[in-house]
Amino acid sequence: MTANAGKVATAMQRQGLYDPSYEHDGCGIGFVAHVKGERSPEIVRGALELLENLAHRSAVGADAETGDGAGMLVQIPHAFLWRECRRIGISLPEVGGYGVGMMFLPPDDDHRAEAESLIGRVVADRGWRVLGWRDVPIDERHCGESARATRPAIRQLYIAPLGVDLNVDDASTFERTLYVIRRRIERVTREASPDGRLSTYVASLSSRTLVYKGMLRPTQLRHFYPDLVAPDFATALALVHSRFSTNTFPSWPLAHPYRYVCHNGEINTLRGNLTWMRAREASMTSELFGDDIGALIPVVSEGQSDSACFDNALELLVMAGRPLAHAMMMLIPEAWEGDETMSAERRAFYEYHSAILEPWDGPAAMAFTDGRQIGAMLDRNGLRPARYVVTNDDLVVLASEAGALPFPADKIRAKGRLEPGRMLLVNTTQGRILDDVELKEELASRRPYRRWLAEQRVALPALSGETPIPAAGDSLVRLQRAFGYTAEELRMVLAPMATNGDEAVGSMGNDTPLAVLSDRPQLLFAYFRQLFAQVTNPAIDPIRERFVMSLGMNLGPQGNVLDETPEHARQLRLDGPVLTAATMGAFRAHSANGLRLRTLAATFRATDGPAALAPAVDGLCHTAANAVREGCGILVLSDAGVDDAHAPIPSLLAVAAIHHHLLRERLRARVSLVVETAEARETAHFALLVAYGASAVYPYLALETVTDMARRGDLAAISDPATAAVNYVKAVDKGLLKILSKMGISTLQSFCGAQICEVLGLDRALVERYFTGTSSPVGGIGLEVVAGDTLARHVAAFGATTAPAETSRLDFGGEYHYRIQGEHHAWNPASIATLQHAARANSYATYREFSRLANDEAARHRTLRGLLDFVPNEPVPLDDVEPASAIVKRFVTGAMSFGSISRETHQTLAVAMNRLGGRSNTGEGGEERARFGTERNSAIKQVASARFGVTTEYLVSAAELQIKIAQGAKPGEGGQLPGHKVDAVIAQTRHSTPGVTLISPPPHHDIYSIEDLAQLIHDLRSVNPRALISVKLVAESGVGTVAAGVAKARADLITISGDSGGTGASPLSSIKRAGVPWEIGLAEAQQTLVLKGLRGRVRLQTDGQLKTGRDVVVAALLGADEFGFATAPLVVAGCVMMRKCHLNTCPVGIATQDPELRANFTGRPEDLISYFFFVADEVRELMATLGFRRMSDMIGRSDLLRPHLTNAAAKARALDLSALLHLTRPGEQVARHHVQPQQHSLDGVLDHTLIELARPALEHGERVVHTLPIRTEHRAVGAMLSGEIARRHGEAGLPDESIVFRFVGSAGQSFGAFSARGLALELEGEANDYVGKGLSGGRLVVRAPRRALFLPDETVIVGNTVLYGATSGEAYFGGVAGERFAVRNSGALAVVEGIGNHGCEYMTGGVVVVLGRTGRNFAAGMSGGIAFVLDESNSFAGYCNREMVELGPVVDAGDRDTLRRLVEQHARYTGSPRARLVLARWEQALRHFVLVMPTEYRKALARTRQAEARRAEEGSRLG
Amino acid sequence: MGDPKGFLSLRRATPAREPVNSRVQHWREFYTALPEHELSAQGARCMDCGVPFCQGDTGCPVRNVIPDWNDLVFRGQWRDALDTLHATNNFPEFTGRLCPAPCESACVLALIEQPVAIRTIEQAIADRGFAEDWVTPRVPREETGRRVAVVGSGPTGLAAAQQLRRFGHTVVVFEKDDRVGGLLRYGVPDFKLEKSVLDRRLAQLTAEGIVFRTGVNIGEQLGVDELRRDFDAICLAVGAQAARELDLPGRSLRGIHLAMEYLAQQNRRLAGDVIDDHTLIDARDKRVVIIGGGDTGADCAGTAIRQGARSVQQFVLIAQPPANRDNSTPWPLWPMQLQTSHAHEEGCSREWSVSTTGFSGKRGRVHRLHAIRVETRASADGQPRIMPLPGTQFSLRADLVLLAIGFTGPVPGQLFRDIGVARDADGLVTTDVKYRTSVPGVFAAGDMRRGASLVVWAIREGRDAAHAIDLELRASPARPC
Repeated sequence: MTANAGKVATAMQRQGLYDPSYEHDGCGIGFVAHVKGERSPEIVRGALELLENLAHRSAVGADAETGDGAGMLVQIPHAFLWRECRRIGISLPEVGGYGVGMMFLPPDDDHRAEAESLIGRVVADRGWRVLGWRDVPIDERHCGESARATRPAIRQLYIAPLGVDLNVDDASTFERTLYVIRRRIERVTREASPDGRLSTYVASLSSRTLVYKGMLRPTQLRHFYPDLVAPDFATALALVHSRFSTNTFPSWPLAHPYRYVCHNGEINTLRGNLTWMRAREASMTSELFGDDIGALIPVVSEGQSDSACFDNALELLVMAGRPLAHAMMMLIPEAWEGDETMSAERRAFYEYHSAILEPWDGPAAMAFTDGRQIGAMLDRNGLRPARYVVTNDDLVVLASEAGALPFPADKIRAKGRLEPGRMLLVNTTQGRILDDVELKEELASRRPYRRWLAEQRVALPALSGETPIPAAGDSLVRLQRAFGYTAEELRMVLAPMATNGDEAVGSMGNDTPLAVLSDRPQLLFAYFRQLFAQVTNPAIDPIRERFVMSLGMNLGPQGNVLDETPEHARQLRLDGPVLTAATMGAFRAHSANGLRLRTLAATFRATDGPAALAPAVDGLCHTAANAVREGCGILVLSDAGVDDAHAPIPSLLAVAAIHHHLLRERLRARVSLVVETAEARETAHFALLVAYGASAVYPYLALETVTDMARRGDLAAISDPATAAVNYVKAVDKGLLKILSKMGISTLQSFCGAQICEVLGLDRALVERYFTGTSSPVGGIGLEVVAGDTLARHVAAFGATTAPAETSRLDFGGEYHYRIQGEHHAWNPASIATLQHAARANSYATYREFSRLANDEAARHRTLRGLLDFVPNEPVPLDDVEPASAIVKRFVTGAMSFGSISRETHQTLAVAMNRLGGRSNTGEGGEERARFGTERNSAIKQVASARFGVTTEYLVSAAELQIKIAQGAKPGEGGQLPGHKVDAVIAQTRHSTPGVTLISPPPHHDIYSIEDLAQLIHDLRSVNPRALISVKLVAESGVGTVAAGVAKARADLITISGDSGGTGASPLSSIKRAGVPWEIGLAEAQQTLVLKGLRGRVRLQTDGQLKTGRDVVVAALLGADEFGFATAPLVVAGCVMMRKCHLNTCPVGIATQDPELRANFTGRPEDLISYFFFVADEVRELMATLGFRRMSDMIGRSDLLRPHLTNAAAKARALDLSALLHLTRPGEQVARHHVQPQQHSLDGVLDHTLIELARPALEHGERVVHTLPIRTEHRAVGAMLSGEIARRHGEAGLPDESIVFRFVGSAGQSFGAFSARGLALELEGEANDYVGKGLSGGRLVVRAPRRALFLPDETVIVGNTVLYGATSGEAYFGGVAGERFAVRNSGALAVVEGIGNHGCEYMTGGVVVVLGRTGRNFAAGMSGGIAFVLDESNSFAGYCNREMVELGPVVDAGDRDTLRRLVEQHARYTGSPRARLVLARWEQALRHFVLVMPTEYRKALARTRQAEARRAEEGSRLG
Repeated sequence: MGDPKGFLSLRRATPAREPVNSRVQHWREFYTALPEHELSAQGARCMDCGVPFCQGDTGCPVRNVIPDWNDLVFRGQWRDALDTLHATNNFPEFTGRLCPAPCESACVLALIEQPVAIRTIEQAIADRGFAEDWVTPRVPREETGRRVAVVGSGPTGLAAAQQLRRFGHTVVVFEKDDRVGGLLRYGVPDFKLEKSVLDRRLAQLTAEGIVFRTGVNIGEQLGVDELRRDFDAICLAVGAQAARELDLPGRSLRGIHLAMEYLAQQNRRLAGDVIDDHTLIDARDKRVVIIGGGDTGADCAGTAIRQGARSVQQFVLIAQPPANRDNSTPWPLWPMQLQTSHAHEEGCSREWSVSTTGFSGKRGRVHRLHAIRVETRASADGQPRIMPLPGTQFSLRADLVLLAIGFTGPVPGQLFRDIGVARDADGLVTTDVKYRTSVPGVFAAGDMRRGASLVVWAIREGRDAAHAIDLELRASPARPC
């Protein structure tokens, strides 16, 4: 949840880099309902119990008693209220005849009285009367200190219509009136007190529902609000929520539920959704509201959380007369495009509504109710868990975890889980449960949507033949020069796109300056950086999970959102936003067809100088507004008119300026913007244009360029111009999907206008005017400078004085690869050579030469830290400064996987850091077992999304376990190690097969939210309680609040990586265009952590092109305790920045696995040690001059830094670095560096008991067997015990079944995680998500209770993401599993009776048997291992993603044996009736089994077999 | 770019030299160009470095964008390669023949292998350009009406002139000698640079509108005042041809000559000039000793061998460098290592660690050379010093002694007296970073500013100075006509 924390309690304002709008949360949700609508206090009690059992999904802040929020929504408990009111002299009408408001009022009595009288007037104005006010009893002992300090006055308001004229029977009208009254109350109290003293928050105002909530912990709710436990407090349904927020500052309104929903998730596209909602307000009309419509605007109140905004939007759609479920389907549509299994009516429903509303996109489990119906749904990705049970006494209980409200097995009629995009609805008035299909088909047939579409949709006429391509030659080059194209860009960016349809890949991060720190003219695009998801919501895999994503765009005016008519469908739908010459031609020709199109020239007069740009933009906006008023439905902003007299208005400026101007003019919803530009060529450019309002882009010059390149023979294999253009568009589409996916956004339609980016280096006033609402943390240049750069390019192309030899060719470039003529690179021949010479000769003098090169004036102004200077201070003698040997212990090397770099390099780094007392990092590729416990052991073991080599033994061999959320070079993206780099050793280390490609997923599939991260931290800490747990984040705006959340999730260490580092291969656009420098991210993290009182509990580390002692000192002053280095140590070890890491051709033996090239490696640990000591020596010298004896005294002292801009270039001088240097809570005694250990949560975990019970086995090899009860609060059961086994016995573990535990009940998350060999865990009952995560040799069995009434083989028994990253062991599940079963399994054997979507995703080894149905997208990214699927309905092929696998019958005798053995084991362990049935009719069943075999894996196996055969043959000959 | 894996399989190749016994029979260049496919393969060896050290401070002085044209040659796009090369280097055919190629010693491939044959490729691109008639005049789009005088027609002056002309200025080049070209004309032997190579380039410059005035020594044939009156800017590029002398007993004997006298004379002879017998320096049948171990010495050796010397020996003060790069000059620095030139193949031998102490003669002509062995030792202040080894004196027969021990600076003359530009203690003209001398409107570039150096540095200085002059002219108001 992103929250513009509400005014009511906004105690914490924006300051420094902290902005409350970055706040996020995650949570537990649930409801209890009686299907037949029977009200009872038991429902409330059940809901309270459920809530309390979800307590571990919530969090507390710095003040341990203050929760992040908890609450409950119930039906109006009429009997209770009637009794209570009578006591205080209020006489309530019949139920339904009055409205109850749950009011959070100003705490001050006078202000409250004033507010109440205002409210009274609002009610009276509407012709209603106030029946009375009731003080809601509260018990303040049951809330934390900071919650108490900000608690509003909580009162209930009772109102009813004055006369009898209002038809009380019309319940909808009644509720609508209450809605209008509430909106008026909100507005009136806000407007009457700009200072906020009267601000009033209406938690609910309804005749049906009532909300009790607050800044509470789940366990406090029942005590805080004694009402809830009154014996006559009865309801038929109760919705509950417990909150885990990055925010620790008190906010009562931010607790859920809202008036209709509670939400576990995150609306990633909020900015766009709000924008479009505002745009639509201009055309909102409704007979239902009449003149009241004015009271509803703005529909979404300013400054609330994303969930609250969603609630507002949902409320509007419902109030406008749509059924609740219908409105939910509009806001969170399932992935309908391309789903052939969906009915045409339903698809039409979604397509029709896509013309009215874009999806509110992001991970979501929503529970919703209007007081009569109650339901829940998941978004299309289904990334939040939701499990439900139906009892035989008509209760429905849904919750984030199974077992949250336990029932005896014989009371359960059915159980299930919500699937992605699916809905569950309980209609208490009809007394029935509606399933997804029934519900949606009914809604989809409410209107003839299909016919409306067929009749109204606008189609492009057939495309007219060959693409017209203007002549190449000098005029092409001139245009290219005018838009700043370089030869390098053609070769490195455009050629790969046009040749392969893929984005270009590069390596070794970014060492060029920010656009604003460059001396060279920059495109406006270059000042923008993409945002990406980390922790609070997951990135999507745009390749393997393509089907949830869509680039479809609608063009044309939008209809009235409150209505639905056939004309609403009157739009043009495009499959993707990139237009080609042919589509653009067709498009233009289309003007006559109803959607009136007009082209506006986006140029300005070059001769009038830079000052001409601003008036030209204003003029363009004005013209655009007039065109819309005249009825144009599509505006094309075109820079095609650029010539010697006309320079282009930067396309991004043109589209953003018009977008915001039209919004302000309330015209935006009536028109779509299309950009026709020569400027856009990289995927990032297209994404920005769409993010600021473009619906389509025609990149005419990029297309001409690639077609010309094809003709000239510049594109290796491609000589056909048309193919080049097609490939180019394909590459842009792919790139767009990737950019959406890294933010976790599924649809481009929602991305449009969503402004998912931030600005580095543009003036805040400029940003506020044209890019309204975008974050610009360091300010920067104004419009004239932008214009100046545009004109500089124009002169280079058209200037009369430019020598002809110059204009006939493109600039060389130098942005990606160093060119002496081109952009400055921090790593250049001089700096690399000097550093290498210094380290190898162990010469401090030469090192100082290097550090001078890196720190001095010329290089200084290329980085933000270079723009900072030290404030003079009283020096201390150098001898008094702590020794270098203490300082180097704060140094770590970066995460570089064995696999991406050679064994020699990996070990050299480890040895050097171990000798120094610093720490090296394994990276995500595992580590050879022989290194554990030796000098070659990496102290930091990384746990990344692919979990390569993450065994229990690996985990217990670490001093620090680092959860890599993102990496600087490509935050939010996955990776791939191509098969040719996977040799035998690497395959063994990563538990995979030589020659088989390995994929790292973009997200961790066990971290979809902050509460998930807390769970993973808990899991890892359980396995290895001695290790620090760290979380690696990448700097972006908002990283501070994420860091706060991570601190609350009890991590010990947080790394803030800068955007510039990165040693691995990444798409060039990601290297250059995502993330921000560490200086900003670190400062934001430091400020936020200090602000929230969390700083002392965590160590803060930073990295990203750190090179010198000066860099370290600046980082320390900005708040870092520790410092990471990656590129510099590689350079010391011989790296010469070839930037070829992705090609396996590294000539110096570093980033290669080629044995011949590895022989060239010359790095030595002693050189690295020399280097790190040099850095520390430089640090000491600076400390002495700054007057610090100890490093810890220096950390966080940003007051000792000041901007130093005097000698900087004009662009840099425009920066405002004050926010970066902001000292939070000055003068307060508050921790600014790491001072205390984190509060861990291992006390009382079940494993302490298990270890005690297992002691005979651990110590004496005696077999132990025990049976214990288990509940959901028991999480990661078996993990700590397994850590103990691995520590004592290594990977080999104990003999089979040495330790057997049998459990009965509902297991909490991560049951059996990292279970080691020799451990067998058997569970009778059910388990939640992450069962068998990282399974390392143990055996897991989960089976249904013997007394169960439901059918086990059709009922979910384990949750999502089971066996994630398992490396070995066995698992048998006597029931159905959720999504992503066996994701990234690399060696475990598993049997299950049915699974959800994405089964066996990214699997590289092991065997999976599914004795039943699978969900969609089975085997996506599966490159190894095999699966057997029992496909009785012969439909499996349609559910399988066959890009990497082949399907076939089970014919091989070995395969048959394996399968039979596993099914037999399954029958034995789980008693599965289904398994018995299969065995009983084995031969017949065998015919229905499908063997899923990855293509690459089959070939690799064949190679291995051949090699073995050859060896055997040779052996026999020799014999 | 290129073939990313080319360097793994392809080996370095450079043009073959004509066999010694045949090539010493003539004065022509003696390399056999590589065939096109072999050049393409050499281009493929380029690794397209993320940081191409060939472009760095220790790499190509003229900032050639080497990876780009290596790739174009690999792909057979010769014309684009020529354009790319010409974008940074006005005269790649000169550097392709004469440059010691610091780009190659800084080449990243040199870390693990033989470096890319950059110079070979450069020359091939340039020669191909001329062969295909792609080298055509590039006349400026419009005339600025500003006039620039370039004094000196060596590589600095030529590069400056061509750049200035292409910016649209009127350019007149003044040359004190009878022919244009400076050291390219008279300092470099034909077997390294045939003069037709120079002439074909000069034809382009002339066609572009540059006016050459030879035989004009500024300060003598044409006054400085006149020059300043007629031109908006003056670019001095007179080189640093004052030779370092060896003030030893017997230096005045006949038969002891400065290298440049010798080389220039041979060039004139080949150009058809008739040399008086009494000024003729000919090595035929002589025992030739060349003092100095540099390239000029080697040029003298090649010349002497072609003239039919009885023996040719080179005396070098320093100790014999190691055969391979040593730790004192790690990559990518220019390596301290034994450089063996064609002349040494042709029969010139070298004596290392020798210091000449004097000459004795017969009939006024040199007859013997006296020398002593030396060694390099760290002296008291830690600096290495060359110290004679007592008791190692020796002498040997010498009929012709050539002094090739470097240059000290520009030749003093009326020009300097009249123009009054500030100079440093060594006599070099001092300028600011914009090539401005102490006298407004007068610029200086090349060897006269930085001391004797490589052709490639000369071109770089000429180009940069031209750029600085152009900026200054554009910034200043035009003088009234």
